[in-house]
Amino acid sequence: MSALFKRTLVLLLTLSLVAVACGSDAEPEVAASPAPDEVAATADEPAAAVEEETSVSDACGADATKVGFLYVGPKDDFGYNQAAYEAAVAMGEATGVEVIHAENVPETIEDAVPVMEDMIAQGATILFPTSFGHFLPAVEIAKQNPDVCVVHQGQLESSLEEGPLDNLGTYFSSVFEPVYLAGIAAGATTETDVMGFVYAFAIPQTLQNINAFALGAQTVNPDATVIAVSTADWCDPAKQAQAAQTLLDQGADVLTQHQDCTKTIIEVAEAAGAYSVGYHYDASELAPNGWLTGSDWAWTELYTDIVETMVAGDFVESEYNSDYRIGYRDVDAPFVAFAPSVWGDAVDAETRALVETAYDGFFADEDGDGVGDFNVFAGPLADRDGTVQIADGESPGYIELDQLMGFGSWFVDGVEGSLG
Amino acid sequence: MLEAILIGAVRGGTSMVFATVGETVCERSGVINLGVEGSMLAGALTAYAVGIETGSPWLGALAAVVAGLLLSMVHAFMVIRRRANQIATGLAVTFLGLGATSLFGQGYVSQGVKAFTTHAVPGLSDLPFLGPILFDHDPLTYLSFGVAPAAWWFLYRTGLGLRIRAAGENPEVLETMGTSSERVRWIAVAVGGGLAGLGGAQLATAFARTWSEDMIAGRGFIAVALVIFAGWNPLVTVAGAYLFSGAVAFQLELQARGAEVSIFLLDAIPYIAVLAVLAGMSGRRRHAAPEALNAVFDAGTQPA
Repeated sequence: MSALFKRTLVLLLTLSLVAVACGSDAEPEVAASPAPDEVAATADEPAAAVEEETSVSDACGADATKVGFLYVGPKDDFGYNQAAYEAAVAMGEATGVEVIHAENVPETIEDAVPVMEDMIAQGATILFPTSFGHFLPAVEIAKQNPDVCVVHQGQLESSLEEGPLDNLGTYFSSVFEPVYLAGIAAGATTETDVMGFVYAFAIPQTLQNINAFALGAQTVNPDATVIAVSTADWCDPAKQAQAAQTLLDQGADVLTQHQDCTKTIIEVAEAAGAYSVGYHYDASELAPNGWLTGSDWAWTELYTDIVETMVAGDFVESEYNSDYRIGYRDVDAPFVAFAPSVWGDAVDAETRALVETAYDGFFADEDGDGVGDFNVFAGPLADRDGTVQIADGESPGYIELDQLMGFGSWFVDGVEGSLG
Repeated sequence: MLEAILIGAVRGGTSMVFATVGETVCERSGVINLGVEGSMLAGALTAYAVGIETGSPWLGALAAVVAGLLLSMVHAFMVIRRRANQIATGLAVTFLGLGATSLFGQGYVSQGVKAFTTHAVPGLSDLPFLGPILFDHDPLTYLSFGVAPAAWWFLYRTGLGLRIRAAGENPEVLETMGTSSERVRWIAVAVGGGLAGLGGAQLATAFARTWSEDMIAGRGFIAVALVIFAGWNPLVTVAGAYLFSGAVAFQLELQARGAEVSIFLLDAIPYIAVLAVLAGMSGRRRHAAPEALNAVFDAGTQPA
């Protein structure tokens, strides 16, 4: 449920109750549809009048001069959106295309489709809707505009019932792998053996992160437990603060998260003298005492390669016109998607060595098949109720994992808290 | 678990205590202000920005009071001077606050502020049960403990408070006595806006320690609902604010204990709790509504 929707709901309920309480039978005059006022589209350069595209190719995005990026939150959120925004700007510098940005785009058809239509009207022929919930609007746009390439960050095109589209693709990176590494550092550092994880929604990536964090911690600390609580919102700082306090009250001395804006939870942990594991973005400056490590996105090279492929008219034949996933195990990949953030002073040398060894392990490829031998989610792996979810001997790939760990599906043993 | 919920209620409810008490004073004068949400946003951003620029959270909180008050003056001008529809105007003020703070707040999203810190009260904070619930907080939270009794004393024990209540119940009598009900309402709206601004400041610079667009996320509207729950009594509003945030803490506790309930249902508990209480109270408390406020709805326009 988006914040905007919830606010509107609360507002309407409030109004109806005001009317009831005051003993009225006259309906208050209310314009019940607040416009998506937050949508602020900004261009890096003055919008040059785009003459009609002289396309040498029929492929979507060929010879594109303008690329549009959608973010669900503000571009300075110390998190997911800031990481995507900064990479989009760097991609623009690397490729020479003009990049236009729209922040705070809600994850609904009514809100996101007009924003993308507006970008197309401005001349954008490549669109990057970057939030998980932007997927359905992205599919709409892709269907209506065959000459526009749409690549969505996080979802699976193969989940579409109507089958794949020639101008649509999805991509993501295996962020759970650096989260696993951070879990090792957290498990080695915790004194209470309790770690707190604040999440938004039980989407596949989030479940992978929570499970990987717990599995990483358990490699060095078999007693480690992770308590997961949800705010049911990507960025509601007050609820984050309350969730963080709940976890600290439960004895957690390490807090981490899967939220879009990350500052509040790190600040609350730091103020309480607890440790922080960052997510999405290097926020170590917020926690000089408690920062352990974190995972941050490095999207620039991937964005650049995707855009260059499209501009060259090669999108349809490329692996980006499907479900593209990349991670540490793609040992021959042209780029590795993440780097562990800087170490905090709270992590001792022994722990750093443990994590670095595990990191190197991802790239070991003894059998030479181009896929790293180490898999965080290698079978046998059971959920916390004891049901085997990944059978002995199985080593699921990144796309398969998104399917194996579907929305609200399962936590590994050692993860406490409600699910879905 | 009860202790944790009550701690969470006080921590998370403080911003709404300020806002609900302020809105109570405002509505007592016969003006309903749905711009509380906007004033809280203005207060949150102003406290954050001034806190960053000056390095003093106290100056930030002071500026937040002014910002919340100034925005509420837009509402006062429209409904008192221009006789505009109170509901529509309040909503417009909230969206004005949302738009303006989104715009001017962009540069502050990524900056860190020197936040209010918690100060345990020596001796008292060691009390079993009550100690951590009441005596281990930031200064604005301690201040919030006094705001409802102060508002009660103001409304029921001072001449201005009497005139505010008279403006809400029977403005004609007030006019006969030679007092302008308009002037009294301006003051009441200002008190409401200023306290809402202070609530926003508590949220941004003491509790969540961040500025983020739309960070009030509906708490201002909940505050307006809670005033009704409280039957326009400032002392009871505190219970309403704590009920809401306590319900948030309660559902988080349930989650942490692994309750096998959908998080979406759990997330709705605070809203359901407020609705249930309101539904239960509203019939009984109808008489408690200031007469002039009834006029807002009965006539669909403005108080006489």
